[in-house]
Amino acid sequence: MNAERFVYVTYIASTPDKVFRALLDGELTRQYWKHTNESDWKPGSKWRSVADDGKGTVRIVGTVVEMVPNRRLVLTWAAGPEAADPAQHSRVAIDLETVGAMVRVTVTHEELGTDMARAVTNGWPRVLSSLKSFLETGRPLDTWAS
Amino acid sequence: MKDTDAVFKALADPHRRELLDRLYESNGQTLGELCKGLPMARQSVSQHLDVLEAANLIAIEWRGREKLHYVNPVPIHEIYERWIRKHEAQRLAALHEFKTKLERGRK
Repeated sequence: MNAERFVYVTYIASTPDKVFRALLDGELTRQYWKHTNESDWKPGSKWRSVADDGKGTVRIVGTVVEMVPNRRLVLTWAAGPEAADPAQHSRVAIDLETVGAMVRVTVTHEELGTDMARAVTNGWPRVLSSLKSFLETGRPLDTWAS
Repeated sequence: MKDTDAVFKALADPHRRELLDRLYESNGQTLGELCKGLPMARQSVSQHLDVLEAANLIAIEWRGREKLHYVNPVPIHEIYERWIRKHEAQRLAALHEFKTKLERGRK
């Protein structure tokens, strides 16, 4: 049992390659996440999440730990003052699995500090709901407006 | 909208809501841990967890032979987006129409 570990699951009527592309393509993440995720997504490379605020504010940074196309993406994850100290980075694993006509997307976020835990519990359900809407209907949720 | 039906049905039971509250307090518990201090038979708790899992309100993770239960708020967030924000938007639109009518009437 660990209070600083969260598991989020959503089922999306789509294909693993489309879901995976939606996670890695910055132009797509900008549409449903309001952040442009940038990296070459190779293990060991840096990645970052840049706010769509016209100022290019970098919100999240980290390293790509593992990348199995259309299956699994593992990232370290840090914001603000945590970014400089890799020991304080949390870890996110995103796993895709085909279940019937759906793709099960499982996000496991662990090794979280208290502040990041609060941001993450607020953030992932919105990101995943918006991703689901974006892929199933072509429209993201208007969840970031307020 | 079969998914939404399952979520509403799962949430309609106070025992299941209590189990979600307990996982919110302490995420990633086993069946045994969840049963502690609950006036419910282990088998009932297990059945309630199955309903919650089928509705995708809890996510399961296996650690060796231990089955850990995590609260999964994603379907609840979808209900929020579908039902709560929508009504908020309608109220704002009604208010806007009200204001527009009043202002037009003044001219």
